[in-house]
Amino acid sequence: MNTTHPLSRLLACLAIAVPVAAMANPILEGYRTQAKQENAAFKDFTVAAGQKLYGTVGPNQLSCASCHTDSPKATGKHAKTNKSIDPLAPSANPKRFTDLAQVEKWFKRNCNDALGRACTTQEKGDFMTYVLSVK
Amino acid sequence: MTFFKPLLLAVLAAASLGAHAKYNGEDRGKPVMPSVNNAKMQAECSGCHMVYPAGLLPAASWKKVMTGLNKHFGTDASLPAADNKEITDYLVKYASNRWTAKTAPLRITESEWFKTKHSNGEINPAVWQRESVKSPANCAACHQGAERGDFEERNIKIPK
Repeated sequence: MNTTHPLSRLLACLAIAVPVAAMANPILEGYRTQAKQENAAFKDFTVAAGQKLYGTVGPNQLSCASCHTDSPKATGKHAKTNKSIDPLAPSANPKRFTDLAQVEKWFKRNCNDALGRACTTQEKGDFMTYVLSVK
Repeated sequence: MTFFKPLLLAVLAAASLGAHAKYNGEDRGKPVMPSVNNAKMQAECSGCHMVYPAGLLPAASWKKVMTGLNKHFGTDASLPAADNKEITDYLVKYASNRWTAKTAPLRITESEWFKTKHSNGEINPAVWQRESVKSPANCAACHQGAERGDFEERNIKIPK
């Protein structure tokens, strides 16, 4: 009885497929849908573009790293008030990127502070792709 | 004329009393910490800084702060309209009840009560520059119980 039962093969497939599906972040998928609608030439979000954005210093001499440190996994510190900031990467802080209203609120504020303008959907998706990739 | 003299004196006395109101009328509330908490305010303000007790400023100041959140001391701290209204209503309701001046500073540190309590005679100006203090806005650096509204002198510890 070395032949594998078809059902167990199906179960093995499911065991792989289910965690992958659970890992997809609904907020990121929402941005992907939005980006496709906004831009017919949209390709994908990338870790590299997100990482570059994370370190970009804007007109106020601030970048994401100014408060969130060079690593999204580390505990940050508010550049002005010294207030401790919980890690940004879900690998270190699972509460991150689970509430769309929170995510939108902070993108609005922090893009304005760090870049002096609003972020595009492409940038939000790139940023999330990078931060979600940090293990 | 003799009839009016006492009246005139009384008016003059009242006027001079007014001019010498405590902290020129810029006094924090009593109690400084509202008995009622607001979870939304707690969550939103503490995202970036300590939650300042509502009684530290008058209602007019809180209204100004809350209508200018998109440029909040150099930072965009804007909130959705419904959240903004809930927090504004709370702050206005529990603002200082002893502030009689027509003034409405944006910064707690600009109020007369603050300046008097933290004058150079009281605190070495160099203390404000320490990395552990960072700025006079960081109440909790020295007042460990600040977030609970405890500013008692005996509970002050000035960090190195």
